[in-house]
Amino acid sequence: MTTRRVNDFTIKIATVNGTGSASANTLLMKSIFRSGVPVMGKNFFPSNIQGLPTWYEIRVSRDGHVARSGRVDLMVALNPETYARDVKEVAPGGFLVYDSTWPRPALLSRPDITVIGVPLAQMCNEHFSGVRTRILMKNICYAGALAALLSLDIERIRGLLAETYAKKPQLLESNVQAIKLGYDYARQHFECPLPLTVEPMDRTAGHIMIDGNTAAALGCVYAGATVAAWYPITPSTSLMDAFKSFCDRLRVDPETGTRRFAFIQAEDELAAIGMVLGASWNGARSFTATSGPGISLMNEFLGLAYYAEVPAVIFDVQRVGPSTGMPTRTQQGDLMACAYASHGDTRHVCLYPANPEECFYMARDAFDLAERLQTPVMVLSDLDIGMNDWMCPDLEWDEAYRPDRGKVLGLEEIRKLEKFHRYLDKDGDGIPWRTLPGVHPKAAYFTRGSGHTQFGAYTEDSADYQLVLDRLLRKWDTAKRRVPPAIVDGAGSELGIVSLGSSDSAIREALAVLRGRGVAIDYLRVRAFPFGEEVERFLAAHRLSFVVEQNRDAQLRSLLTLETAVEKAKLRSLLHYSGLPVSSSFIVEGVLAEIAPAAAQSQDIAHA
Amino acid sequence: MTFIAKPKVAHPSLPRNALGFTRRDYEGALSTLCAGCGHDSITAAIVEACWGLSLEPQNLVKLSGIGCSSKTTAYFVSGGHGFNSVHGRMPSIATGANAANRRLSYIGVSGDGDTLSIGLGQFCHAVRRNLDMLYIIENNGVYGLTKGQFSASADIGSKAKKGETNLQPPIDPVLLALDLGATFVARSFSGDKRQLVPLIEAGLRHRGFALIDVLSPCVTFNDHEGSTKSYAYTREHYEPAVLADFVPREREITADYGAGEASEVTLHDGSRIVLRKLDADYDPADRQAAAAKVQERMSSGEYLTGLIYLDASGERPEFHQVNRTPEAPLNSLPYEALMPGRKALEKILARYR
Repeated sequence: MTTRRVNDFTIKIATVNGTGSASANTLLMKSIFRSGVPVMGKNFFPSNIQGLPTWYEIRVSRDGHVARSGRVDLMVALNPETYARDVKEVAPGGFLVYDSTWPRPALLSRPDITVIGVPLAQMCNEHFSGVRTRILMKNICYAGALAALLSLDIERIRGLLAETYAKKPQLLESNVQAIKLGYDYARQHFECPLPLTVEPMDRTAGHIMIDGNTAAALGCVYAGATVAAWYPITPSTSLMDAFKSFCDRLRVDPETGTRRFAFIQAEDELAAIGMVLGASWNGARSFTATSGPGISLMNEFLGLAYYAEVPAVIFDVQRVGPSTGMPTRTQQGDLMACAYASHGDTRHVCLYPANPEECFYMARDAFDLAERLQTPVMVLSDLDIGMNDWMCPDLEWDEAYRPDRGKVLGLEEIRKLEKFHRYLDKDGDGIPWRTLPGVHPKAAYFTRGSGHTQFGAYTEDSADYQLVLDRLLRKWDTAKRRVPPAIVDGAGSELGIVSLGSSDSAIREALAVLRGRGVAIDYLRVRAFPFGEEVERFLAAHRLSFVVEQNRDAQLRSLLTLETAVEKAKLRSLLHYSGLPVSSSFIVEGVLAEIAPAAAQSQDIAHA
Repeated sequence: MTFIAKPKVAHPSLPRNALGFTRRDYEGALSTLCAGCGHDSITAAIVEACWGLSLEPQNLVKLSGIGCSSKTTAYFVSGGHGFNSVHGRMPSIATGANAANRRLSYIGVSGDGDTLSIGLGQFCHAVRRNLDMLYIIENNGVYGLTKGQFSASADIGSKAKKGETNLQPPIDPVLLALDLGATFVARSFSGDKRQLVPLIEAGLRHRGFALIDVLSPCVTFNDHEGSTKSYAYTREHYEPAVLADFVPREREITADYGAGEASEVTLHDGSRIVLRKLDADYDPADRQAAAAKVQERMSSGEYLTGLIYLDASGERPEFHQVNRTPEAPLNSLPYEALMPGRKALEKILARYR
């Protein structure tokens, strides 16, 4: 018998791509969120428009955990193609909902789970006409059934539908009807609610549900970005779409129709980054968004921007590589590729947001850093952050904020100068002064990727070349002090976890579990490259640190061993690279396997 | 050599333009190209044109890729910012720079390798966007810096210095630009300054994408017998079709044109181009006819030169007109005009609850 689980379970919905299940899933998520219960939604979708299997996971977590739980309590199995694996995935004592229009003996193969049949297709065929409508309504219908099974507030669901279809009364009517069909059927045929229940709480006030790409785009709007250039690539495209749609609403002159931004769909990623460099060089805040393959293509320009010292902001919404890889799955696989992008001695400032909230603030920081340091800044988000809905605290904006445009000489300052030298380190921080075209002929300089002196002239002289290259290293030291510092949780333990980006949510949950079991362990979350002193200190202070990251080759661990004094032996990798977001249980198991192998095998820690 | 400072002494009798500048004020660093290089003549023509237009030096933005031609942006108008970018990618730098500040004049200098091989894609898309810039191709049919390989503009049968014969057909930038909808398409010869200077003036003032493909012989690797891009061959085979005189808005037309010989086209800023057709049947306002004529002359080994095609009607919008950017450059907009404010953020967030 299943124990009652209030506000603490995971639902997984297996459907076919392109059948319109997204709106049903959003509806379920939002209705749970609005009842004050923390909820997370993750979309595991194929690189396909229609026909391939797709899954959506909804985790209800009274404790506010937003990572994958690593278990499934309720499976909605609507895709015959994946029945076999979907049935297997349900935790013992769990539930499975399927479309009982057709008999599915395969689904009855698990005596340890409860199978619930709802004749979705049959009901929708009876009540709706048109093939497309019937397919769409089948989804809404399962949402209705789940509402009854999980005791969701049906009025709240109606309210949500009314908001969504405020301007389409016909659609509203059919959606409400479909919800009712599923809801009533479940109530009439099963004991509702199931032991899995949603009970209202008050833990979502002051929070929003937003994906990282939207939040990053909003950050760009608020940071004052005006030139956006890009080439479509999953999973970054929605960032640019969101920027455009925010600007269409917020930056268009109502009288003249003029747009206070330029939005350029480039011919490829090479052109996209070129446009960003051209615009930034010319004094506009400019950015692009891409994913791994785009970063590969941008390498040449990134080297130019590093050496010629041109600001640029690049969002890399990482997906699974190498090569085309799995475009709709997540990974932290571009850490090395971004840190040292391009030939020769290059290194780049990288920021690692852990969630949509940080995407918003780091978008702003990225522009400030890029212009202050006169160098490309890459924001490494990933598909999990970028395209999934995360619950996060309300985004705040300090109206006193003003962009840091860095060391740009104005007209008056130029007039007072006897001569302008582009690459001279006047202030000792490795950052030279720059000028913008069109201001004054005295301030004109020649930007080049070829060898140049500190005065900006072409050179092939060894000493002159080295002078500039060494000064760039001094700038790198300045960067260490300016990037967002790593966040440290706990102190004094022998063991540590080191990680970055989207792994954070699973780690924080794992920490709670481990500490709950008496494991003393600290946590360092790196938020930027180059690493600050706090990273060095943490690594030195811990006997053993688990480096948790979502790639095969331990890229963060490599960066740490390259850029800090840590001994390799002190870093133990926990690598998750399946393409799905890492779960807390993976980390708990990994840590326990190392420190207490017997304990790890004897208990069902994966589902703790 | 660029590290040898060029003496900046101007003789008092040198003529001055409306801004009081002499031609010397529009020069740049000393050229490091081979003596006799066609590119240096083009540089001189650009200097002449900028002086003639009384351009504020800081308002000229010079862009280039990689190659001999791309080096030349350092050799003119040292008062304007230059961006020597990466091979074949100058158009994207130009696009971004132009997006940030639409008020400046953008001149891109590229070569046949930079434009027609590695940079063909970006070139095509800059034309397609009708980016407001003057794009000069210094076309010599050969890779100079890497010592003499054929470029994509080399003609079939043209001989390399070491004797091999080019067997692949050329990509012609003029035909390409016509096909892609360019609004100003010209061809000229580095050795014909009288034809070239007014073309550069007009190209700089034209709103939208202006292409001038300039045949510019490489004295070191492509000036021998058997080459179709040598000085001798070009001189013999170039055929001016339409001569263009550029007349700034503030100047009267002073030249004496014979009756029916000249026609006038007014540009968006009020300046005019006086076209003199050498072939009475030729119509530089007819895109198809222009392309046909270029092809016809090409098949007999001739280069049709001059202002081959011009659409100054403004009917084809340039990049900013399509984007609907305000008149004020984007890089000049105050932050307050870009940041929607705290209240707006609260409203936005309401959609995510």
